[in-house]
Amino acid sequence: MRRSGESRYSWGGDEHLVVQFAEAMSLEVNFTAMAVSKILNDERLPGIVDICPANASLLIRFDPDVVAPADVEATVRAAEEKVAGAPARSVETRIFEVPVWYDDPFTNETGARFRDRHQRPEGNDLEFAAVENDMDSVQAFIDAHSGSPWITSMVGFVAGLPFMFQMVPQERQLELPKYLRPRTDTPALTIGHGGCFACIYSVRGAGGYQMFGVTPVPIFDPEQRLADFNDFMVFFRPGDIVKFRSIDNAEYDAIRAEVEAGTYRYRQRPVTFDLDRLLADPDGYNAELLGALYGS
Amino acid sequence: MAVEIVEPGLASSIQDRGRPGYYSVGIPPSGAADLPAAVAANLLVGNAPDAAVIEAPYMGPALLFDAPTVVAVTGATMPVLLNGAPAPQWESFPVAAGDQLSFGFLQAGARIYIAVAGGFDVPVVLGSRSTYALGGFGGFEGRNLRKGDVIPIGPAQGAPGRAVPGELRPAYSREIELRVVLGLYDYRLTEAGRNCLLESEWTLTPVADRTGFRYSGPVLEWEERIQPFGAGSDPSNIVDAGYPIGSIQVPGGVEPIILHRDAVSGGGYAMVATVISADLNRVAQCSPGTRTRFVPVTLDEALRARADDQARAAKLREALEATP
Repeated sequence: MRRSGESRYSWGGDEHLVVQFAEAMSLEVNFTAMAVSKILNDERLPGIVDICPANASLLIRFDPDVVAPADVEATVRAAEEKVAGAPARSVETRIFEVPVWYDDPFTNETGARFRDRHQRPEGNDLEFAAVENDMDSVQAFIDAHSGSPWITSMVGFVAGLPFMFQMVPQERQLELPKYLRPRTDTPALTIGHGGCFACIYSVRGAGGYQMFGVTPVPIFDPEQRLADFNDFMVFFRPGDIVKFRSIDNAEYDAIRAEVEAGTYRYRQRPVTFDLDRLLADPDGYNAELLGALYGS
Repeated sequence: MAVEIVEPGLASSIQDRGRPGYYSVGIPPSGAADLPAAVAANLLVGNAPDAAVIEAPYMGPALLFDAPTVVAVTGATMPVLLNGAPAPQWESFPVAAGDQLSFGFLQAGARIYIAVAGGFDVPVVLGSRSTYALGGFGGFEGRNLRKGDVIPIGPAQGAPGRAVPGELRPAYSREIELRVVLGLYDYRLTEAGRNCLLESEWTLTPVADRTGFRYSGPVLEWEERIQPFGAGSDPSNIVDAGYPIGSIQVPGGVEPIILHRDAVSGGGYAMVATVISADLNRVAQCSPGTRTRFVPVTLDEALRARADDQARAAKLREALEATP
């Protein structure tokens, strides 16, 4: 299939179109994927079944009995051209807090069980992460992980699992390989990391990302027990801005009790996210976003 | 009325035509892995084509009926037993209260479909009764069936004595050609790697379920490069992207995986081709050890294959609706 500009269009069988905007990850390319998705969502061409923005690409699932593949391609190309002509540099979204018990016993026990699949036999994944990122302590790594906010660049893998990209310059991105061979088990609500992406495992299951801790807060709730899930069983949406906050065992237990009682609410605020302001002054702009979240 | 699961089989689950529209948040379409077989089972008993059925891979369950009704079994070739006596496959037949339906050993194919007049009446979640076990919702209590489960059946008249004509029954083989559309990240393979994918015989491993089917065979060669930022260090790694249903990924260049209807919706492994929609149903009837070749087709050829399948489905519908 021909290429338009930098992007690569390709058919995934007779029901999918995949657009690769770039091979490398960046906030700009993720913004493009989200902006094209938004136009397609607003247009709602009949026969388009799923519009799945990813980190640096876009997956469209369509029903070829309803819409001709060529029409799907033309619609997506038009949306991409629209975005290229008037790049979306800001987005209305929300910022919320995810409390994390780093270095917890659940992920440490699981990590120890699958050590033969890991690059570094000694220590745990956090110690490996600190060494790989030239930090002098695990605490320094946790401070970097929980200091600056992250943007949700993709939702998927399994139900409601967010991929998050930290809103810092590339030289400060935390980068780590995945496990040499994937684990067959990961605790639910594990905070994971692979490549430059953080994730939260929405359900217990297989996984290959390094494990740093657990959150007491559900992100996927098929029974929709908590008020934050009234609208939908999945909490995360692409574009959500996330601030991790380090908590201890006691606070983890206290929040779990609130979740069990059905009273827990996410701390969250609506914000306008401006890409150019972030790129111009990451720390200053992030401080402003956190001010909006914590009301300072 | 209701059906009691006396024996659950290996990984039996409730499925209908699936749950489209939630892939962007990681919820796969699910639905019967062999859709035409599930539709045939429903039409045989007089149900709408999208009623919920039981899908059972490799080993049949045993079911106990508490009221008279009509059932039909399609899909993999497997002896059907009613109270221990042979009963037909690809035909609907009546059962009485207290009757038990069970199965002999698998002879060909991989998955049977059991329809009961009225359909398995489990709650509709996000528009479907299909089980999504990984997410823990849909189907019967969000999981595969267990011994002792009692599944309600919707009200219906039922249509006993309908049969799928012989020429419309599929034949299953342990040797199969799957048509694929090349593309996606196949530019990451060397020419030798692409040729190897298409010229090799692949063998289905025991890792073959509703999420994906994994094949053993030679190692594929990737283009050397400095990996793009965020992709990960292995040459088969990409910046995590969405995975089409039916796409073939090759982690580390070994053991290609075809994602099926309970697919993980995205991840960081390069996909190099996609099985066409018509052949995804045929993948569902492959058992471990099946020798497989990937045959490249164009998008137009894929659409023609889809139209051929639909013509066959229409013929089946006509044949069944003409009988009582």
